[in-house]
Amino acid sequence: MSNAAPTEAKSAPPATPPPIEKIKVKVDGREIEVPKTMPDPMTGKQVPTTMIQATNLAKVDVPHYCYHPKLPVAGNCRMCLVEFGTPAMGPDRKPVMNPDGTPKIAKSPRPAIACATPISPGMEIYTATPGVKQMREGVLESLLINHPLDCPICDQAGECKLQEYSVEYGQAQSRFVEAKVHKPKTVDLGPRIVLDAERCILCTRCIRFTKDVAGDDALGIVNRGSYNTISTFPGTPFANNYTLNTVDICPVGALTSKDFRFRMRVWFLKETKSVCTSCGTGCSITIGSREEKIYRYEPRENDAVNSSWMCDAGRLNYKWVGREDRLKDVIVRGQKSTWSSALGEISEKLRKVAPSSVAIVASARQTNEELFLLKKIATKLKAVTDSVPRNGEGDKLLVNADKNPNTNGAVFTGIVDCHAEMGRNLGKIADGIKSGTIKTLIVFGEDVTNHGISAELLGKLETLVVSDILPNKTTAVAHYLLPGCAHAEKRGSLTNVKGRVQRFVKAVEAKGDARAEWEFLHELVYNVTGQNGFVNIEGLFNQMAAEVPAFNGVTWASLGDTGVTVQI
Amino acid sequence: MPQQFRLILKNVDAAGYTNDIDCYIRNGGYETLKKALAVAPKDLPDGKKMSPQEQLREDVKLSGLRGRGGAGFSCGLKWSFVDRRSGKPIYLICNADESEPGTFKDRQIIHKDPHQLIEGMIISCFANDVNLAYIYIRGEFPEGARILNRALNEARAKNFLGKNILGSGQDIEIHVHRGAGAYICGEETGLIESLEGKRPYPRIKPPYFPAILGLWMCPTIVNNVETLCHVKHIVQMGAAEYAKLGTPNNTGTRIVSLSGHVKKPGYYEIEVGKVTLGELINHPDFGGGLLDGRKLKAIIPGGSSSKVLKAGEKFKLKKKGPDGKDIEQETDVLDLPYDFDSLMAAGTMSGSSAVIVIDDSVDVVDVLANISEFYAHESCGQCTPCREGSLWMSKTLHRLTHGGGRKGDADYLVKIADNIPGGRTICAFGEACSWPVQSFVGKFKDDFVARGAADEAKRGSASPETKTAAAAH
Repeated sequence: MSNAAPTEAKSAPPATPPPIEKIKVKVDGREIEVPKTMPDPMTGKQVPTTMIQATNLAKVDVPHYCYHPKLPVAGNCRMCLVEFGTPAMGPDRKPVMNPDGTPKIAKSPRPAIACATPISPGMEIYTATPGVKQMREGVLESLLINHPLDCPICDQAGECKLQEYSVEYGQAQSRFVEAKVHKPKTVDLGPRIVLDAERCILCTRCIRFTKDVAGDDALGIVNRGSYNTISTFPGTPFANNYTLNTVDICPVGALTSKDFRFRMRVWFLKETKSVCTSCGTGCSITIGSREEKIYRYEPRENDAVNSSWMCDAGRLNYKWVGREDRLKDVIVRGQKSTWSSALGEISEKLRKVAPSSVAIVASARQTNEELFLLKKIATKLKAVTDSVPRNGEGDKLLVNADKNPNTNGAVFTGIVDCHAEMGRNLGKIADGIKSGTIKTLIVFGEDVTNHGISAELLGKLETLVVSDILPNKTTAVAHYLLPGCAHAEKRGSLTNVKGRVQRFVKAVEAKGDARAEWEFLHELVYNVTGQNGFVNIEGLFNQMAAEVPAFNGVTWASLGDTGVTVQI
Repeated sequence: MPQQFRLILKNVDAAGYTNDIDCYIRNGGYETLKKALAVAPKDLPDGKKMSPQEQLREDVKLSGLRGRGGAGFSCGLKWSFVDRRSGKPIYLICNADESEPGTFKDRQIIHKDPHQLIEGMIISCFANDVNLAYIYIRGEFPEGARILNRALNEARAKNFLGKNILGSGQDIEIHVHRGAGAYICGEETGLIESLEGKRPYPRIKPPYFPAILGLWMCPTIVNNVETLCHVKHIVQMGAAEYAKLGTPNNTGTRIVSLSGHVKKPGYYEIEVGKVTLGELINHPDFGGGLLDGRKLKAIIPGGSSSKVLKAGEKFKLKKKGPDGKDIEQETDVLDLPYDFDSLMAAGTMSGSSAVIVIDDSVDVVDVLANISEFYAHESCGQCTPCREGSLWMSKTLHRLTHGGGRKGDADYLVKIADNIPGGRTICAFGEACSWPVQSFVGKFKDDFVARGAADEAKRGSASPETKTAAAAH
């Protein structure tokens, strides 16, 4: 990605590959210098640069359907056909010159697909000639004659390449008077995917993604010619954990998500850059929301994390954000209260506690900033801290076995000493409560009754402060219950398993009195420690970066859209 | 006097000639293989040595042999493109997917003289350092596949195939692979995909030129059945002697599949360019003329994908005059020498050398509808222009031949066809499905307009749109 941050000071210096030779080509008459080779999306090996990569570098848009920069090239849609020429060679194998001293260009009598044709020195690529325009019109006409043109009821409408290119390159009227080909509709391809074969333009992106990226040879084409249809093997559902990516890369409305279809027109969706919190990978995502309701997650390109993909499990793990039973009220000893009153009481109590009588159970699902603030309180009160490990199964592509999105954040901020130590103090805390040495417990985002601190033990505490998002057995017995925010409702940053620090911003408003944790923690820190930190996330992050060695040198601004990698 | 010249088909159809190895050997079979294996390295004037393989390849190049499958590309040149430095194995594939409508020449060889093909293949393998070759035979030739497999077993038993063939130190094996019945498997990269067990979607070129990235991404030669048989004769006769057959740049012999409205349809082997189209149709030794009382209307000269020739059409062909200079000579379609270059000069091609004769008893609109239906059915559907265009043309022609025509359909058809060929598609199928439409409608436009006009007249005042939509089903 081009926006890799300048402050990668802490990461190991990458081995410098030999410099890649540059060659000059002309795109629509403008000369640009492009690398002679570029990495293959599948193997990473340097392969000759193609025309479409050159036109992309020249910021000239060449329309395409089947080409996808992260997939093997298929060359089947023919939308990217361009005309081109190469320097003419004389019989002596020397370039022929024009009278003005410029090299004479031999125009190729045949067009070439920009997605698969390598460039050569001095090549001239023409993307806007009448011939190219005519070829695009022809391809679009071919794609549309058997297309159902059901845009008004199609979920892809608004983000459909067939619509977009028709406007830009198509013809207003159809001359097709024959009967259209009819193909299967509403095909249940798998648990999450529906296929409308009539809308399909057979670009095979879904097939290539599934075979070559997801590693599941699940999709193919059956029948012949215009009757070609995408299909699974009979009786085998398309059910791997990456199926919904095919909906993203489907340029038309052929593949739709059962979860999203017919829920919302895409042009109503507000798009917010965020991060998936379902595992330690932390895929960059875009949250699609409207009127404070989340409708979908989509992967956002981030080559340092998730390329252009995300798993189905993570993608569909958003519904809890809008659950009806979300904690909405500040509760003090069973009674609805206010933030000022509750925080005042908690501050008062914490200021008076004896050293080492407090324990804090934070969550590795919390943000770096929240954990940083909790650690400040812990340090002041000499409190024992811990968090809850979450280990599950990972896979070879994106899913990490660590189901906490911010284990590294918990380590960096000192909530736990190291990965292996996470959860080791929970027993000590339980013992401390039992023996009466721990009288105050602060819990953020974890149901400690599942982790060795029973509801009965919690009953022995003098003060139990709990902040969470959804109700559980711990929140049920809290003396002070502080409703927090889902990541989609606040700003902050997470550090993934590889040390990639990514920021996310607010997509939707939290319900009721729920408040971003870092905001009220900031107040508590001031009340308890007397330190006045920053009241906005930028300042808070930068303060944390100055104080926490792992984040030294990183700034909120430098995180950009795709984050910064720090040494783990 | 025009006459057949039987080189490939020398023994085929001879009394008592059978397709087993003993009969083949009795008739001099596998002697050429022995000759090829015995070629000694040659010292060149510059002190370098030319290996036997290089000599054989040079012979094929000097013979002027052009591919008999359809494109007429120089066989020697094709062999010279093979990447011999990749360190990967080189494969040879015999394209026996003979499926161009009108073509039935390769099956004669496969059925009646399979060992000639096998000998040609073994020599070609030796010449190209190939250890493993395949015969990709179309699914509709089950008998051919059985015959070839039996013949291969016979050859193995006599050590013409297998390890250390004839004590030469060469290991050469040939396998038969049956297709599943698709025209597109005759396209060499589609064939390779099919041979790899995949859907026969032709590959994009660049980068997948078979000579570099062919079967299993290894350098691969794909040659037609008849072409590989010619290799045997080139080695047997010597390149110079072989090149005397036929005409310059159109050397050797070709088997012509003659079909349609002639008295004697069948296969005829001729010296390339020594017989004209008219002689093929009318000479008593060939087609024997049209059926009585019929008039010639059109000739499809090289398989159904080649552009049609109209009776009475005249072409300007370059010929050598008596003074040795090129002169342009007006040539009637029937006087076109049947070779690669003359037909190309006439705007069509000799393709798979399948001549289909059409007389005045049929309507060319029906002929084209039939051809287009075939191509619509056989388009693999990989790339857009051909996938959609081939069926669109077929549907239009179906409508035109089933009472739903319009006067404007002639222009409509050409406009559809014009969007398909010329590099817009991955493989030459784009040309194969659009050339017939372009040429038939171009040359017989009146017939197409008349057919549409008649339909329009019949429909009278009824809205053409509703009628056409109804007829399209």
